[in-house]
Amino acid sequence: MRAVGIVGVGHTKFGRFTGSFLDMAASAAKEALDDAGVRPVTGHGIDQVFLASMGAGQVNKISGAASALVDTLNLRPAMAETVENGPASGASAVKLGYMAIASGLCDTVLVVGAEQMRVISGWEATDFVATMSHPEAEYPYGLTLPAFAGMFTRLYMDKYGVTEKDLAIVGVKNHENAMHNPVAHIKLVPNLYAITEDEDANVINPYVAEPLRVYHTCPVSDGAAALVLTALDSGREFNHKPVRIAGVGQATDTHVVAERREPTELFAVKESARRAYEMAGIGPEDIDVAELHDAFQILEIAESEEVGFFPKGTGHLAAREGKTRVDGEKPINTSGGLKAKGHPVGATGVSQVVEIVRQLRGEAGGRQVKGAKTGLTVNFGGFGNNVVSIVLTTRERG
Amino acid sequence: MATIDKMEQQLRPAETAMAPYPAKYITLASGEKMVVKQVARENCGIVLETVKPLMTVERDFYDIVASRIYSEVLGHMRYRVKDEYVLLGTVDGEIAGVVNGRLVDDKVGMSYHTMTIKQGLRIGAQLFAAKMEYHFDILGQDEVWIVAESPNGFKRWMIEYELVSRPETWHELGGVPTYVLTRELWEKHKAGKCTGRRPVPEELLAKAENPRLPGKYAQIPGFTR
Repeated sequence: MRAVGIVGVGHTKFGRFTGSFLDMAASAAKEALDDAGVRPVTGHGIDQVFLASMGAGQVNKISGAASALVDTLNLRPAMAETVENGPASGASAVKLGYMAIASGLCDTVLVVGAEQMRVISGWEATDFVATMSHPEAEYPYGLTLPAFAGMFTRLYMDKYGVTEKDLAIVGVKNHENAMHNPVAHIKLVPNLYAITEDEDANVINPYVAEPLRVYHTCPVSDGAAALVLTALDSGREFNHKPVRIAGVGQATDTHVVAERREPTELFAVKESARRAYEMAGIGPEDIDVAELHDAFQILEIAESEEVGFFPKGTGHLAAREGKTRVDGEKPINTSGGLKAKGHPVGATGVSQVVEIVRQLRGEAGGRQVKGAKTGLTVNFGGFGNNVVSIVLTTRERG
Repeated sequence: MATIDKMEQQLRPAETAMAPYPAKYITLASGEKMVVKQVARENCGIVLETVKPLMTVERDFYDIVASRIYSEVLGHMRYRVKDEYVLLGTVDGEIAGVVNGRLVDDKVGMSYHTMTIKQGLRIGAQLFAAKMEYHFDILGQDEVWIVAESPNGFKRWMIEYELVSRPETWHELGGVPTYVLTRELWEKHKAGKCTGRRPVPEELLAKAENPRLPGKYAQIPGFTR
């Protein structure tokens, strides 16, 4: 297979986007194309566009969104597909972009992730996201993602001694990181004592799905992110030295969460990371920085164990000890994560890759991990039933 | 002069004696302390100055809410609204939010508006809860009539407090259908919605007694006064 690298990144500010869905997606795409400095031999130089979105059709009433985007960007006659894989749509689109180039079908591909969720209420957004749960065994009974995460957190607490304060420690760390990220949704650092121990804590940090509280969960965000992928053997010149996609892994688990053998294990996270490591020829010890899918803070803890950073049941202890901070031994969610950077679902997987590219280029400013050469992203779909992991590196191909 | 005074007296509504709202303070998620305190009628000028910049911000109905607060508070200052009150939330002396309302009679209250200046810390939710605390726990009322101009307000009040719909009652804010917070609902939600401590430490109280205009508005990027 041909080697594939990322030469351009773009990212809108996450939060609330007042323009149209297409304006938002095009804005990130244009930034990525400009960042790459795409210099076409003929035409515009983009062979294919993948647009990841979970709700373009359902929420924004735009089906076939990739067709609209390619025309908006004046990239005709590039091939175009919309990719929908729940909250893992973004990383799935990166995977398809990788495959399109690695197979030899394309030389240069534009991957965009976009979601505009704040046009509906928080309750409607929760319901929209819940439609990825099982259509017969879960959704009709009112199960939502916060509900799943609440139950998962309770089991984790009982089994491994995770506390509400541990979840808050992870959240505060991510909010601190987001203060250094100009595209982050939330620019506010909660005070750990105030949201956990103060007399007013129960009211200012109320339960969302017990034992999960407001500061243990991500916000509802609009946003878009984009990448320009290219074949390393294409001979084309860009503004940046490529960050190589060294490994891509994807795995699925039972769609019905209750059917899992061990409810505190995230098999698809573990397996997708294993496959990505194997393809890259590395192990978890080689990862310098990671973006893990912390839609709920318990997921950062659990995923940090499943991808092999820490032994099972000790992720919360690592967070307590500061090991996952920017200056820690295994920095996680330097962007602010979904918790504070925001979580426009279909854009998240692309946004995670943008952050790792910025880290590996040394462009992350106040959140820069010194000497970072290799990074990992984990994009979590459903309640862990479809997960995509990606390894990126600036190291030479072994 | 006597004629003018007599005329003025006839223009003013009769006033009901209202127990003052006792100041309290709340720890916000940022760790900052917000003091919630009633503003005396004669000191309400700063409230007008606070909301004035938002009277042209169309997003989320800030223009309507700010304009109406301006009108209501001006009416309060000039004795043209009956039994109105204004509560301010201040953080380190800077105005972070404002709420107001009035009495319909001794048993029924009418919520006017809730305006958050310092966003992202649930300040509006806390000030609204303080307003309801005033009606039910301080003034001993039985119910409060509430409407919302914005979807955000509707989510925060109508849905989260499970307000009772009473469309046959027209709220004086545009005559839109009224929702009602009953004492029963207040008692149900109070523990999860309303917090704060009394008395306010002297140092905090001193700053709250001399409130400053907001230095910035999240709703107005690049605002300078």
